[in-house]
Amino acid sequence: MNALHLVNARTICPVAGETQGDLLIVDGVIADGIAPDDAVRVDCGGKLVLPGIVDLGVATIDRAAFRAGGITRVALMPDQSPVLDEPGIVQRSALIGRPDLWIHPIAAATRGLAGADLAEMAICASAGARAVGTGRGWIADTGVMHRVLTYARDLDLPVIAHAEDGGLTAGAVATAGETATRLGLPAASSLTEPLAIARDLMLAEETGARLHLRQVTTAAGFALVRAAKARGVRVTCGITPTHLLLSDNAMSDFRTFAHLSPPLRSEDDRKAALAALADGTIDVLCSGHDPHGPEEKRLPFADSTAGAAGAVTLLPLALGLTRDGVIGLPRLVQLLAQTPARLLGIDAGTLVPGMPGDVILVDPNAPWQIDADATPGVAGNTPFDGLPVQGRVLRVWKGGREL
Amino acid sequence: MQRSDHRPGTLIPGGAVFPHRHLTGIHGLEPHEITFLLDEAEQWIEANRAPTTADKRLAGLTQINAFFENSTRTLLSFEIAGKRLGADVVNMHAAQSSVKKGETLIDTAMTLNAMRADVIVIRHMSSGAVRLIADKVDCPVLNAGDGRHEHPTQALLDALTIRRRLGGIANKRVVICGDLLHSRVARSNILALTALAAEVRVCAPSTLMPPEIERMGVTAFTDFDQAIAHADVVMMLRLQTERMSGGYVPSMREYHLRYGLTMERLERYAPDALVMHPGPMNRGVEIDSAVADHVERSAITEQVAMGVAVRMACLDVLTRRSRGVEGWA
Repeated sequence: MNALHLVNARTICPVAGETQGDLLIVDGVIADGIAPDDAVRVDCGGKLVLPGIVDLGVATIDRAAFRAGGITRVALMPDQSPVLDEPGIVQRSALIGRPDLWIHPIAAATRGLAGADLAEMAICASAGARAVGTGRGWIADTGVMHRVLTYARDLDLPVIAHAEDGGLTAGAVATAGETATRLGLPAASSLTEPLAIARDLMLAEETGARLHLRQVTTAAGFALVRAAKARGVRVTCGITPTHLLLSDNAMSDFRTFAHLSPPLRSEDDRKAALAALADGTIDVLCSGHDPHGPEEKRLPFADSTAGAAGAVTLLPLALGLTRDGVIGLPRLVQLLAQTPARLLGIDAGTLVPGMPGDVILVDPNAPWQIDADATPGVAGNTPFDGLPVQGRVLRVWKGGREL
Repeated sequence: MQRSDHRPGTLIPGGAVFPHRHLTGIHGLEPHEITFLLDEAEQWIEANRAPTTADKRLAGLTQINAFFENSTRTLLSFEIAGKRLGADVVNMHAAQSSVKKGETLIDTAMTLNAMRADVIVIRHMSSGAVRLIADKVDCPVLNAGDGRHEHPTQALLDALTIRRRLGGIANKRVVICGDLLHSRVARSNILALTALAAEVRVCAPSTLMPPEIERMGVTAFTDFDQAIAHADVVMMLRLQTERMSGGYVPSMREYHLRYGLTMERLERYAPDALVMHPGPMNRGVEIDSAVADHVERSAITEQVAMGVAVRMACLDVLTRRSRGVEGWA
């Protein structure tokens, strides 16, 4: 028997809430009862013990960044090279991170993510895929999206969609508004998002499929999701800290680290996102981790690749939201771990006995400064470069084994 | 927003009257700094009319014109400006396909830097590209147009033309009409003219109007006749032919019907207005030949002459520190 006993801990579990005390992990699984005498004892010094973060929708496998960010499981986006639409590739992705990092692949919903023919969803699911997705693109053909949702419903696979109308966003790198106008950047109306969401919600409602909107960023988009949930549509949605904390004026000076997909929105939309987080409309908080080096970012804004590294900064920025009183700690853990795990149909994301021993020790007050050049991982392209934050992951255990 | 964008490294000591290392845009310039450049340009207008120029103050300096996008008029204007001042002018026509993507743009900047240019003039098809290069080189950089962002020397030459023809810029009603969405000329002109207290109106079909343009201090119109009523200046922008075949505007003739500057329109709504155009013109589309060639009303050829003078002034002012001009070093 192999036992780990975390004592003097402030545990936060979305089910049990916040408790002062200890946590026992026996043979890699969270356990009840009294710690055996030979258990490895760790004094947590009154700091936070949380379930490991389940990061829904990362673009790249970036172990160092995930370790530093307290992320123990990731759902990998299908737009890899090659695209995750073959069982062999899906299975390889599912196993490549073990034992330190468990990767749950999101298989491509259409073959080659081309938005035309259905991909082999059932075969990919048997190879380890936990959901199907449209990647960073939109399925333009409504008939295809209808069939994707219908077919996925039969398999009870969630469909993870990117909500931007491709026709309206064609060529755009920013949200239309004062900043884009001043900088002379090709821009699209923020309506691009609610247009896409409205269509997909109606299709999900009719087909009964599970729809997860990976990133919702506009007031109109949240209103649609809120109303659909009230009608009983099986829809969930996510967001990254970036869209909760920054608006489009962060693009000033052509800062390509603020070139994102979906792009940064107006200040009104940002405030709507905070309200949607507080009222429960938003279900998942994810990093959207998409690291890009200088060869893709040290370019004129419109020529640079969209995306930001987010794994390392996810938890400190999220803890900032609890300090600002937007949400409480149990709800935060629900957003970061429990709900994404439930969406993917995996047993993880809480500290309930029987769950895998994926836990992290966090000092919520440790101050540090985000430094793009010194961030662990593939690249440090974060729009928060230079920002002082609080909260650091001190230790990480995956399946009861320390990383 | 963004008026006082004085980033470290951009502002430098010496020459307090114009403390900028580069000219990447009108944005970030104070009104008195714009006026200073216009004042400096005045001396070159007369000098350029003389049969020979004796003032070769840039002699021995190397000016590189790095044009990543095709240009005839602006390139020629910068080349003449540099040569009139005695600089050794080298033109680099970068093939669009090979330098558009990748590190190549930065690599090109490093190459230009290593060649020890004394001033670099850049045109590029991407907004923000000139700023990116300016951050990487040691010598002054002049923006000759970047994407839809800025074209500062065009705005300066337009302001100089207005100032000389109307005796001033403050409180003059200037109407800018045409493809504002894709126009760097419009953005720089709006910034310069509003800074100099003109009343700026913009006019275009809404498909060619940038969102929230009013936030830049202008009034937006879609009706051309209303826009030009009692105007002091009507500035027409070029509409690229590929945008006139259904993409943004249904056809050339429909555009001409709604936004073409005809003599009749001008006489009726803006009988005193000065007519300007940054060129090259689509005669019979946004402007009729009778208007463009009108000796008293049109300032179009004068704009070209002002262009050389303004660019001479900018090249002179930006190189004063490296030349060790008294009070600037």
